[in-house]
Amino acid sequence: MHTLPAVFFALAMRDVRIAYRRRAELLYPPLFLMLASMLFALALPANARAESAPAVIWVIALLASLMALETMRRRDYARGLLEQLLLSPQPTAVLVLASALAHWLVAGLPLVAVAPLLALMLNLPPHAWPELLIGLLLGTPTLCLIGGLGVALTRTARARGALLAVIILPLYIPILIFGSGAVRMAMAGFDAGAQLLLLGALLLLALGLAPMAIAYALRATYE
Amino acid sequence: MSTAPPAAKRWLWLHRFAAPKYFYNFAAKWAKWFGAAALALFLLGGYWGLFIAPPDYQMGDSYRILFVHAPAAWMSMFVYAAMAAAAGVGLVWRIKLADAIARSCAPLGAAFTACALLTGMLWGKPTWGAYWVWDARLTSELILLFLYFGVMALYAAYEDHQVARRAAAILAVVGVVNLPIIHYSVEWWHTLHQAPSVMKFGRPSIAPAMLIPLLLMFAAFKLYFISALLQRARGELLARERHAQWAAQLARGSYRGE
Repeated sequence: MHTLPAVFFALAMRDVRIAYRRRAELLYPPLFLMLASMLFALALPANARAESAPAVIWVIALLASLMALETMRRRDYARGLLEQLLLSPQPTAVLVLASALAHWLVAGLPLVAVAPLLALMLNLPPHAWPELLIGLLLGTPTLCLIGGLGVALTRTARARGALLAVIILPLYIPILIFGSGAVRMAMAGFDAGAQLLLLGALLLLALGLAPMAIAYALRATYE
Repeated sequence: MSTAPPAAKRWLWLHRFAAPKYFYNFAAKWAKWFGAAALALFLLGGYWGLFIAPPDYQMGDSYRILFVHAPAAWMSMFVYAAMAAAAGVGLVWRIKLADAIARSCAPLGAAFTACALLTGMLWGKPTWGAYWVWDARLTSELILLFLYFGVMALYAAYEDHQVARRAAAILAVVGVVNLPIIHYSVEWWHTLHQAPSVMKFGRPSIAPAMLIPLLLMFAAFKLYFISALLQRARGELLARERHAQWAAQLARGSYRGE
């Protein structure tokens, strides 16, 4: 009756549904992205905009995904869901993966969706758009998984917001380097395949390891 | 017939050694000896490096900062590995001493990392013409510093020390998985840093007159680390066991060790 895939999809759908019921909150991260890139576009001299676009877009995507983690913590761990996850006979890592998938659908995918707007604002040349979008599609799930670990480790800590940034941002660095690198290669007319493959490799690695680490962290820090 | 002692008995010495009240006394003695040896080697290596070793034919005297920079940089990575190993042991076997060692490693490692960064910057000014360049190894070292800060912040962030220890230990172990990824992602930028000259396979590409003081300084840093680690772990264990009988005896001055 309650097979693992059924539980997985039920849990993922539950999170998506809750997020959809508060859809105003879903708009905050993309709004933040657009506001931040507008600030950059106004602060940068006109001739430096396109050149800085890969860095600007990726950095604010990192920050936006960091912001979205707080919502994830409130939704998942402040309402007794954690106890349910830990008590469930299903492997916690799989349930954690379902929760991360839902988080990506509601917080990661919107970032990818507004990326073309950001590219327009910052005058990113159109021939680099595919690399930007593919990079974000491959990179944002990894950001969600690493961020999920940060949330699990800081669940009941003091000064969570700043602490989360201190812990998580260093771990985000490889994604930033490969992601913005891919766009820059494409802008210069080179093949960005290597960077995109590395982003994919990081995603696979995070998919394999992060759910287990998150499940272990939740269990080990549960009082 | 096997003459090996039964498993429980075979590990007894380890339990005895790792018990906080034994360790507290034992570590005090060893910390003193390691500290004295570190100081002696530091003075010897420092004198040799600064006054006896010949100047470099390209860099002149400015290369001498290497005698502090290289050991500090090496220790910054070694300490992270030690911290993660202790954290892993603490998580798996719930050994108090391992927890204390993991926690004590973090500020020491951060200090070594900061030292390596500072000396690297001082060396960079005359050699590369700038205090800071986004060279691959300087960048990895800076990220390493932030990883240490993250672990330290997590230790400090919980009311419940048990939760803090577990969370920080998990982050330390996760950091080990991430360090090579971070290192290579930075490394595949362009790099300005000169290739390692001591750890090369085959013959090291450094003159023996410079190598000997360098090795002395490596040993001095390592011994200093052990000494400081033992002292910190003592304090850590005492704080954690402050409600235990031996700690109360110690405070009254009636604890003589066992």
